This record gives sequence, structure tokens and C-alpha cells, in this order.
Amino acid sequence: MTSTFPPPRLLPSGDSAITVEFSRNIDDVANRRVLALDRAMAAEPVTGVTETVPTYRSLLVHYDPVQVDFDRLGGQILTLAQRPVPAATNTRRWRIPVCYGGEHGIDLEDVAKTLNITPEEIVARHVAGDYRVAMIGFTPGWSYLSGLTETLHMPRRQNPRLLTPAGTVSIGGVQTGVQCLAGPSGWHLLGRTAVRTYQLHRDPIFLLEPGDNITFTPVDAKTFADQDRAAEAGEFIAEQIAS
Amino acid sequence: MSSLVIDSIGPASSVQDGGRPGSQRYGLVPSGAMDRLALAAANTLVGNEPFTAVVEVGPFGAKFTARGGTVRVAMAGASRNADIAGRTVASDMSATLAEGETLTLGFARGGSFSYLAIEGGIEGEPKFGSLAVNARAGLGSPYPRPLQSGDALQVKAASGAPERRIELPAASEAPIRIVWGPQDDEFAGDTKKLFVDSEWKISPTSDRMGYRLEGPMIKHLHGHNIVSDGTVDGSLQVPGNGQPIVLMRDRGTSGGYPKIATVISADFGRFAQTPAGQPFRFTAVSMAEAQAEARKFAELLRTLPERLRAIESVDLNIDALHDANVAGHAVSAVDAGTWHAEALAGPD
Repeated sequence: MTSTFPPPRLLPSGDSAITVEFSRNIDDVANRRVLALDRAMAAEPVTGVTETVPTYRSLLVHYDPVQVDFDRLGGQILTLAQRPVPAATNTRRWRIPVCYGGEHGIDLEDVAKTLNITPEEIVARHVAGDYRVAMIGFTPGWSYLSGLTETLHMPRRQNPRLLTPAGTVSIGGVQTGVQCLAGPSGWHLLGRTAVRTYQLHRDPIFLLEPGDNITFTPVDAKTFADQDRAAEAGEFIAEQIAS
Repeated sequence: MSSLVIDSIGPASSVQDGGRPGSQRYGLVPSGAMDRLALAAANTLVGNEPFTAVVEVGPFGAKFTARGGTVRVAMAGASRNADIAGRTVASDMSATLAEGETLTLGFARGGSFSYLAIEGGIEGEPKFGSLAVNARAGLGSPYPRPLQSGDALQVKAASGAPERRIELPAASEAPIRIVWGPQDDEFAGDTKKLFVDSEWKISPTSDRMGYRLEGPMIKHLHGHNIVSDGTVDGSLQVPGNGQPIVLMRDRGTSGGYPKIATVISADFGRFAQTPAGQPFRFTAVSMAEAQAEARKFAELLRTLPERLRAIESVDLNIDALHDANVAGHAVSAVDAGTWHAEALAGPD
């Protein structure tokens, strides 16, 4: 992939941030361009930039308007965004254990019925996926993954649940994800992992980076319970299988 | 070491400071004080760095008692009746509580949040360089949650430095300024005009995460779902019901509703102080104007120490201050902010 793409759109997000939009849709190529620009901005810090937030389709660039204005920073961003996009921006790979179904994945049976296949087949297809952390957002550690097989795409729930458990692994629309904290969600709950993507009093506090690669591996409820206790004590549980 | 014991406090009161930017890429929002000017002013009064941790006191009243020694405090932000052991305390002034004395704060008037700074700051264990409470993320120190009766803040004993007041610009009642975007192209021109031509109110269901607005229906051109992208303080997102929500300091770092506009950074604190139910308007400004205002606001924060003035005594001479500040109502916006005059008007 080279810089034959049209330039991203620069959208004002107040006077102290620019949304650099590569696509309006969930788009793997756009996400790779987001992560490449994010990496380029980290490698060559631009005066006034305070932090960057990669998402599926845009890079939010926070800056200090006392140090740099919208037009000047926008020009610098466009220059960086024209760099060739590497095929992979990150090679870290994690294996994350998931206890599917039962009390830990209360929507597995319904998802199976909706798609007219067995729960075992849902798990097999979810586990077979090769995922990338497209973005982390909303709450600490909530990791949105790209790479869900089209055979598992399905609309979100009509009525979002107000409280879903910490560690839930779920699917919604064309996405799958791992949430860290308990919270509201309209996605379908397939299982739970003991992995804490965000844990205070552990180093590092955040386990995953945007661009990391993920595979899931199924574990039984007993293993989940053991892993959950170990995770509470600060163990990673996630196994890093490439760096 | 002294402590400030919380005898009573309303909801929506927490320890806040300048916040913890830098981890939004991991979904961790910076949080921090809703009104940074008031935060900095209160801290400046007691000789702290401008973004030192303080108690952000919500709209309801509160009582604090000094234990184990003297405690020097200052309050800025929303005006409210305040007294220490029966002595009236004006806003925007420092004052000292002797051991065992109680500071009593009334309801907020003309704003929502007051900032109680303590000389030397609040003892705590910073995470990502901040004590700011973000209950959802389990962050904040000394308590990772809103403050409650019975909590005790460990603080430095008062230094005995002379008490001071600070001269702040008068609170403006001008419309809240916005810049359009990042998704204003999801709305028709007429809808954008309706947005700035209309009167709005903040719903009482609002909190530090978001202020829900009540006003005309803001219709989307292409539905209310976008692929999630990043948010900032002041993002004005429009959900399916057409009633905008302004994202505040405890927002999610990303969101999936179109954002018609963003409150300019210089007006964010003033917007945050707008009481629920009070009508107000928005006005759109250019990026150049918004950034000029951001630079002016930064300069105001930087020069707060130059606005400090000596006051003669901790025990305020109310009559003398009354004569000096409000005689003939010839009050300069700079020399005596409206908050002084209100605070000196005595108990309701």
C-alpha cells in the first residue's frame, strides 16, 4: 500500500483538537492508515500536539492552541498522512482465553438460533478469527476488534443492557470486542475472559495497544474461575505469542 | 498535618484537579475540574499551583471541620453563602479555620460548582499524575468516588500567610460560543440555524459525564448512527431523540452519535456552571476567533497571581467591604466581580 489514497478530511473538533477522518465506514484499509499516522506522529512529535486517539476510521489529534493553530497543524498532519502505509503497524500478538456460553455468555444460544447454527459452531467461528485491536474507547480498556467473520455479523440488541459484566466478550454489528469494566452494552454476550485489559496496580496498567493482534482460545468455567483469581492478583493471563 | 473532615456534603462533589490527559487512546478520559478558571483562582489564593487538587462542591451545601490543626482555604466558582464559625466568608478570598472550626457552605447561586482549595493541596496517591475522581475507572484519591459525610482529607497545616482576595473578570452572560463540527455536515443548514437561533436549557438529569439539553428537535440528515470516533470536552452530540448532549469532563473517549458542534475551550467552564433550567443560547464563531479566545484564556490563567490583593483581616469587616465594593453600585467588572457583591449581600 502506498500513498495513492485521497488525503484525509480535517474536521475541527473544537479549538483544541482535529479529527483526521480517513473513512466514514468501518474499513480495514482506513484503520491501517489511522494507525500509521498515529505511529508517524509518535515518531516525529509535532509542536503543540498533546495526545492522539486512534479510532476505526479517524485519528483525533488533541493540541494546545496556544502553541499551534488549526491551519498550521492541519498542514503538518496532511504531510505526515501522505507517507506510505506499512502493511502492518504492529506485530504484537496475544492469545486471550474465553469461557463461552452458559452464565458467562448468556446470548450464545440466542445468537445460534438467530443464525440457525449450533452454539458450538458460533464458538468455532469466533475462535477461528484473526483479530486486530482497531481502537480502544469509551471506557478504559474497551477494545474494539476488526476481523469478525461475516458469518457472525448481526444487528445489535433492540434493548441495550444497562449492565454487562467486566471481561465480557461480545459481538455487535460487524464488530467483536473485549470490555474490561462492567457497563452498558447493546452487543450480544458470547463469553467472558479473565484478562484485564485495564488494571490499576499492575504494570502495565493497559495491556493492549491499538494495532495489536488477538486470537481467542476457549476455556471451561473452572479454568475461567482459576484465571480470574490469578488475574485479580495481577497476572496477565493473556499470553503474548509474538512481539 | 491537619485534616478537613466532611460533616455533610451533597451529591456531585468530588476531589478534582487539572485531570489526567495522555491515556485517551486507552479509553481513559482525563476528567478534572469542570471550571478550570475557578479551580486555578481558588488555588492561586492559597499559594498553590493552579491545577492542584481541590474539593469540587456540587450545587448543594456542605460542611467541613478542621481537625488536628489549622487549615487555610479559599473558594471560587459558583457563589454561595459561606461562614466559618459564624464569621461570613466572601467568595474569591482565602480564610483560615482554627482547629475545631466548621466551614458551612450554602447552596450554589448563579452557578453549579464551587472550588474549595486548601493551602498545600490534598494528600493522596496520584495515578497518571492526578488525584481527580473518575468513579467509573476506579480512579481518584484519597477516595475513588464522590465525597461522602465522614470522609477526611489529609491536608497541610496553615502556614499563617496573610489572607488575600483575587479580582476576577465579571461572569459573562453572553451566548456560549461553539465551532461547528466535526459532523455538522450530518445536519441541514436550516437545522444548524435552528440550533443557534433557539433558547436551550440544561436538564436536571445532567452530570459530569454529559449535560442533556432541552430545546427544539435537532434532526439528522442521515440517521443518528455514525461509526464511533473520538470525543472532546464540549462535544455536542445529537442522539436519536434530537435533544443534544454536551459531553463533559467524565465523557466516554469515543462515541457513535453525530457531533454537530463543539463548545469552545474558553467557554467550557462558563457553560459547565450554567444552572439546570436557566435559559441560554449558543453562537457560532470561527476557528480563528475560538483560538484567539483560547490564547486569551491561557493568558488569564497564567496571570492570575497578578490579580491577588491583600486583605486586612481574616475576620472580615463586612460593612467596610460593603462600602468599598458596592457603594452606589458603581462596580467595575474588574475591581469587584459580581460574586463578591452577591456573597456580601448576606444570608438569604
